[in-house]
Parts: sequence; C-alpha cells; structure tokens
Amino acid sequence: MVGGRKGTPREILGAPHPLLSATTEPVDPTAPEVVAAAADLLATLRRETSTPGLAAPQIGLSWRLIAFDTRLHPRSRSWAGELVLANPRLASASHWDPGREGCASIPGLTADVLRASRITVHAHLPGTGEPVTIEADALEARCIQHQLDHLDGLLILDRVPGALSLHRRLHSCDS
Amino acid sequence: MGLSAVTVLGVDRPGVIAAVTGSLADCGANIQDSTMTLLGGHVAMMLLVSGDLDSAELLKRLCAPDLVVTASAIEAQRHFCEEGGGLGYVLTVHGPDRPGIISAISAVLAEDGGNITGMSTRLTGRLYVLIADVELPKEVDVAALMRRLAAVGACLDSEITFRPVEPDLL
Repeated sequence: MVGGRKGTPREILGAPHPLLSATTEPVDPTAPEVVAAAADLLATLRRETSTPGLAAPQIGLSWRLIAFDTRLHPRSRSWAGELVLANPRLASASHWDPGREGCASIPGLTADVLRASRITVHAHLPGTGEPVTIEADALEARCIQHQLDHLDGLLILDRVPGALSLHRRLHSCDS
Repeated sequence: MGLSAVTVLGVDRPGVIAAVTGSLADCGANIQDSTMTLLGGHVAMMLLVSGDLDSAELLKRLCAPDLVVTASAIEAQRHFCEEGGGLGYVLTVHGPDRPGIISAISAVLAEDGGNITGMSTRLTGRLYVLIADVELPKEVDVAALMRRLAAVGACLDSEITFRPVEPDLL
C-alpha cells in the first residue's frame, strides 16, 4: 500500500523500448497521480519475485520513482524494507566493487558493472512527501544504484567496462 | 618455431575444449593466446599456438573428428597502434535488431583510425547489443567522433554510449 492505495501490477517494458533510454521527470510526491503510480510500481515489484527492484520507466512512466525490497535476497546485508522513493538522489557513494547484474527489462543478458557498495540516498515518500535518507550497502546499494540509472535512461549495457563483460543469463542467481 | 592461428567450430558438448587442447598438446603445440565462446549452441574457439609443426602438419595431426578445424600460418604480430600511443574507449550499442549495425558503427570508427580490439554482440529477443573495446589515435577529435556515432545511432534507432576506459589502478 502507498498512501492508502493498493495499486495494480503493470506490464514490464523490455529493451529496446525508447522509454528505457529517456531521462525521467521529477514528481510531486503528494500528487494523487504520483501516489497511484507509486502504488502500481510496488504492486508490480511484488508480482515480479525474481527482481528486488524496479523503476518507473520499466512500467511505462517517465517519472523519478523507484521501488525496492532486498530483504529476501541472499546477498543482502542492509535492508530498508519494502520502499517506494520519489525523486531519489545519490548523496554519497564509496567502496566500489564489480558485480554481475541482470535487469527485468533485459531478460536474456547479464553484465559486469562497477557499483559503490556503500551509499546514501535522499528522497521523499510518496503520499506524505516526508523526506527520507537511506543508508545502504552491498546488494541493496547495488539495487538502488541500478534503479537510479533507470531514472537517467541508463541500462546495465551502458555501464559495462569492456567487450567481454556481457554475458548470457544462464542462472537465475545472476539477477 | 612456427606460429599458427587455429579455429575450432562445433556443436557444444562437455569435453570439446579438453579434446582440442589435449590433441594440441600431443602435437607439441603451445597455446599462446586463446578465446572461446558459445554462439547459438555452437562452440567457437580461436587459438594462437606455437610449436615445431607447421600449420599444414598441425592440421593433419589434430584429432577432432566432429569439429571444423582450420590452421593458418601467422608470420608476425602486427600492432596498429604504437604501444602507449592510443587511447582506450568502450563503445556500447543497444537497440532493435537489424542488418548493418556493426558495419555502420565500425565504419565511423575506421574513418578516424579507430581500432576495435575486442567485440561481443548478443541478440536476446528483439534487443541487439554490441559492446566493443576501441583504441583511438591520440589526435582524434573525440567530441566530433561521438557526434557522428550519435547520428549513426539515431539512423539505426539505437542508443550508443562511448566513454573512456577507466582502468582500475590497484
């Protein structure tokens, strides 16, 4: 539930859909249509049990909204719980590590991507508009950065360090 | 001592690499460089090997009955860019699949003397992905090259990223 709304799961767009390569717009976190979109994003994330995070462009909305819940992932250390964030902004990033990532919008491939393993993110909660600060590490930090990239029109394919860093997805644990 | 380029193609199964490399070892061939990948369920392998046998003799003695193997003599290593004379970049292209993507992109790079030193392409569903390591001569106007790449990308309906390699210095 976001702002008292249950939300409706939506279809996840797959690359090369142009929305996935577009920069998104900031939102008013208290606006009813934004709260409704946040609820839909969360409902979609709950349905897609293979991924711990989603961003609004993946469900066809060019808005700065992300949702994540890394509690069940085996590589999680920190977990903020199940959250939807409006206008998230990376405030600090450190301890960079390479890691292999998949993406719900790119079903067949994974890629090696360098990410900070400790981050601080400022955002607002849809509904109340309350400001929040998230301190995340390990898988949760990687997941949040992956979603932030979606808001800037970037896919993991735009982050690979070299020609041999792209892989076919062979195992479900790649995600 | 001769240097040979060996290519191996065949249906993928466990033991293919062991069979090829074992046979090379039996021929006294030393593997200097190699790469292998799977292409649509087929194993594709390329090796540079050195040894006493010339390419023709090596091909004759290689035991790989269910594989397509070629061997060619290599005269010398060629360097298109002087050591330390080039700048490394990573090019990524992704968009809807269509014929001509590689040729269009590589032609733009070639106009400026850009050398593709590694490349992988993958097709998954409708999505076509190309990742390439590119070495550019130092004198290239990179901003102008990026504008030309962007224009070609727009014609191909594809997104193109071109950025300097940032090596990890540990």
